[in-house]
Amino acid sequence: MTWSRRSISSPSHADARLAGVLSAAAGLAAAILVLIVLFLLRESWPVLEKVEWLRYLTDAAWHPSEGLFGLAPMLGATLASSAGALLLAGSLGVASALFCRFYAPSSIARQYRRLLALLAGIPSVVFGFWGLTELVPLIARWQPPGTSLLAAILILTLMILPTVALTADAALAAVPEGYLQGAAALGLSRSGTILGVALPAAKGGIVSGLLLAAGRALGEIMAVLMVAGNVVQTPHGLFDPVRTLTANIALEMAYATGEHRAALFVSGLVLTGLVMLLAGLALRQGGTRSHV
Amino acid sequence: MKLKAMTTTWRLMLVLALSTAPVSHAIEQKLVLTGSSTVAPLAGEIGKRFEQENPGVRVDVQSGGSSRGIADARSGLADIGLVSRALKPEEQDLKSFTIALDGIGIIVHRDNPVQTLTDAQIVAIYTGKITNWREVGGGERPITVVNKAEGRSTLELFLRHFQLKNSDIKAQVVIGENQQGIKTVAGNSGAIGYVSIGTAEYEASQGAPIRLLPMAGISASVENVRNGSFPLVRPLNLVTRVEPEGLVKRFIDFARSKAQDDLVQAQYFVPLAR
Repeated sequence: MTWSRRSISSPSHADARLAGVLSAAAGLAAAILVLIVLFLLRESWPVLEKVEWLRYLTDAAWHPSEGLFGLAPMLGATLASSAGALLLAGSLGVASALFCRFYAPSSIARQYRRLLALLAGIPSVVFGFWGLTELVPLIARWQPPGTSLLAAILILTLMILPTVALTADAALAAVPEGYLQGAAALGLSRSGTILGVALPAAKGGIVSGLLLAAGRALGEIMAVLMVAGNVVQTPHGLFDPVRTLTANIALEMAYATGEHRAALFVSGLVLTGLVMLLAGLALRQGGTRSHV
Repeated sequence: MKLKAMTTTWRLMLVLALSTAPVSHAIEQKLVLTGSSTVAPLAGEIGKRFEQENPGVRVDVQSGGSSRGIADARSGLADIGLVSRALKPEEQDLKSFTIALDGIGIIVHRDNPVQTLTDAQIVAIYTGKITNWREVGGGERPITVVNKAEGRSTLELFLRHFQLKNSDIKAQVVIGENQQGIKTVAGNSGAIGYVSIGTAEYEASQGAPIRLLPMAGISASVENVRNGSFPLVRPLNLVTRVEPEGLVKRFIDFARSKAQDDLVQAQYFVPLAR
């Protein structure tokens, strides 16, 4: 309370009321997260209690109806597809943001940004459907079966590219004009300015955008479900079909009962943990940025 | 003037009487159906027609898998359970009433030259012992095995028919819905999958490049499902805990009547032979 009193400059009742309402809303939002985790724990408890925790990583396969609960291949597939998509979308996104900021004429840059925003609004199921009917057959002609880690990576790349490009663009726009003028005054070339000044200064914002995009890639369901092939296995190459944790839940939840259902909640728990880890990283990233 | 006021009052009373009567009735007359997501859409359509013909009755349909249908019918949570397979030996305490049939057929790409596969060949393909179409008389092309996700009753039926365990199957693609299976096979000339025959026949007639293979020499057609000669057929059942009576019995009789055949066909299932 002492903290809020000090930071409110005019101690009117309206301010105090607003602070109360806002902190209640913030508390509620935080409570929802705690409740979600508690709920996941409660629903997965029947198998968490029965099956030794390490077995979720060491079991040879995922056949919950036969008592095998190996999540590791799906965890690997989730990480591999997201990492691949981040790599592709990261390089493409940052490149397009640099083009937009430093090379494109302003009219083209404006149109381009609008296009990206539009792309960001396309529902994932549309990407998935396109992937299933166009992209997968294309890969299948080359390397059957077509539904593969590669297809998942490409579809996820399309989905997160706008997020990466737009946040990188915003981060580059926030680089103080003085830095760029200083670089120009020192006689740096445009590429020197970009690599030596603009990118390092915008690094924090770009990485935050990447982490945001990673969260979206990890949590994507429909698009991945349609193109990844959904076979539970550790991929040995880009053309192997894989199943992600989210696809596993979506595929089996409607039909699962008993331990099978509880085991699916364990997949949900693992995924939530993964996303929270990422959010933690993003927070730390945001923290360091404000000190630069 | 006075007369007009009188008639208005009468009309009002009439409207009130009409509007309140069915409402109080509806609370008493509600049917809850839960279970198989295959049967639920059909049950929903039949339910709508039942509501129209029986004002004051509400039919509430929720899907959640055949196992939920069994569990809810047993516990009494649902008046009627929806189950897309025959009852298992341990479920014989329940009463089941078939409303339609669904056949499961093997599909391949239209351009695949293979015209027929024996049961042993299908098992060998699904367990990964045969991995190229060349080995079963087709072209030089790797086989893409399309399997259903765990828990689906189509998968259960397929496994039981071929006496396999799901862990024996070496699939390259695992799918959820029939439509996803058809799209997958249509997009891959080396793929093999199994889906509901009614849906596959309809999609093929609409130009999807897929072909149903005969099973044990019997062609996979809606006709052969109806006359019972096709080997891989599942009944779509309504199940109850006790011998149905009253509203439940009326609904089951209604759902099984010939008048509902158009709804059954609209969902690409096969009406009962009567």
